[in-house]
Amino acid sequence: MAAKKKEEGEMRVKKIENGVVIDHVNASKAPAVLKLLGIDSTFPGTVSILMNIPSAKFGLKDIIKIEGKSMAENEINRIALVSPHATVNIVKDYKVVKKHAVKLPEKLEGVIRCPNAICISNREGVPRLRVEQQSPLKVRCEYCERVFTEEQLA
Amino acid sequence: MRFASLGRVVGRMWKGRDVITTREFTRKDIEDVLRLSERMEKISRGKKHLPLLKGKVLATLFFEPSTRTMFSFQTAMLRLGGAVIGTAEPKSTSAAKGETLWDMMKLVHECSDAIVMRHPNEGSARRAAESSDVPFINAGDGSNQHPTQALLDLYTIKQQKKRIDGLNVLLLGDLKYGRTVHSLAYALSQFEDVTITLHSPAQLRFPAWMYAELKESVKIREIPSLDLSNADVVYATRIQKERFADPTEYAQSAYVLDAEKVATMKEDAIIMHPLPRVDEIAVEVDADKRAKYFRQEANGIAVRMALLSLVMTGR
Repeated sequence: MAAKKKEEGEMRVKKIENGVVIDHVNASKAPAVLKLLGIDSTFPGTVSILMNIPSAKFGLKDIIKIEGKSMAENEINRIALVSPHATVNIVKDYKVVKKHAVKLPEKLEGVIRCPNAICISNREGVPRLRVEQQSPLKVRCEYCERVFTEEQLA
Repeated sequence: MRFASLGRVVGRMWKGRDVITTREFTRKDIEDVLRLSERMEKISRGKKHLPLLKGKVLATLFFEPSTRTMFSFQTAMLRLGGAVIGTAEPKSTSAAKGETLWDMMKLVHECSDAIVMRHPNEGSARRAAESSDVPFINAGDGSNQHPTQALLDLYTIKQQKKRIDGLNVLLLGDLKYGRTVHSLAYALSQFEDVTITLHSPAQLRFPAWMYAELKESVKIREIPSLDLSNADVVYATRIQKERFADPTEYAQSAYVLDAEKVATMKEDAIIMHPLPRVDEIAVEVDADKRAKYFRQEANGIAVRMALLSLVMTGR
């Protein structure tokens, strides 16, 4: 059953030649992941998004395929903010050459903006947040001291 | 100066220390300041001369309006024989030219032995302190914290009630944006058997994240209607008109402590206010023996003298 569903998910969008496939994204969180990665209308490569696909592990999940994208480790781990169980597959010549499980670092320095609009870290461009609790996610800005939940960060 | 963690630090020495948030205060920290403040009282009123900070320079930077906090810090420094440089006009600083706080502090710390700053951005105190090599004191960072106000509030409570442990402190007014109540609540949480009672208009409720955090260490509760009868300390704050888009909502949210309401208070309770007040305490209450807000204001000088002495000399 699971294998059949996986196949269905893969069949909807064709394989990419070079880039990344982000799998096991929390259902409906694909747009939030793209936002975290800074991928918007100016991104030159092809981006395919599959949302609310049946998943054996999580019930429903999203998949994102990004053609022509390479990712550094801190960029990969940033995804954990909105999708703690996501996996990132690096694809070269249609083959998965590396697989990463995302892992939320304790300190998020220069990763995401503080959601508090009047926090000095946004004005001076030095965001620094600390993960105080993984689940449910609790993140504190080291400047304005406020605590944010996953919903507030997305 | 940069410290590794935002967590509560136990037993840190005072000399060279930054004072950014009461979240970092221990009970001992607070008691150190209160004890020394008591000894500073006579000097703060000019009755005794003690030039502890002779030759030292304090920089005061106020990027937001302030009368009492700025005067209080400046007087505190002058009473201890030190000198003051600074500005209360943001347009006259290089911030007006777009300079970052980080860069500006690099200059200010070269010119001074300690820095006091008020700034509209939350977190600005931490940022400025990290850039500075001299002790930094937060005199208000946006709606976040105003730690020296909390210290003088506790000094006043101790002075008037002879204790802080076991008291029920009622915080009234703008609990969302009011930095003084945020700082006071965290400072109170270090004492035994304290109850913090909150009452505010629905739009101006105490921040949920602070409530959740404080709940771990202190009894804290919200009450739906104004009831002064159980409080040992009634701490009123100003509700700012500009927080309301609709003026009728402001009118409904505003409260006035008048003689009739104050009559429902305990005989030995006290009324405090960080000042300035607008309408929230009727002038008729000033004559009530329980009104302590002008005493509280005056206490600011001795408390800030104690703090300046601690961070610059360690004693």
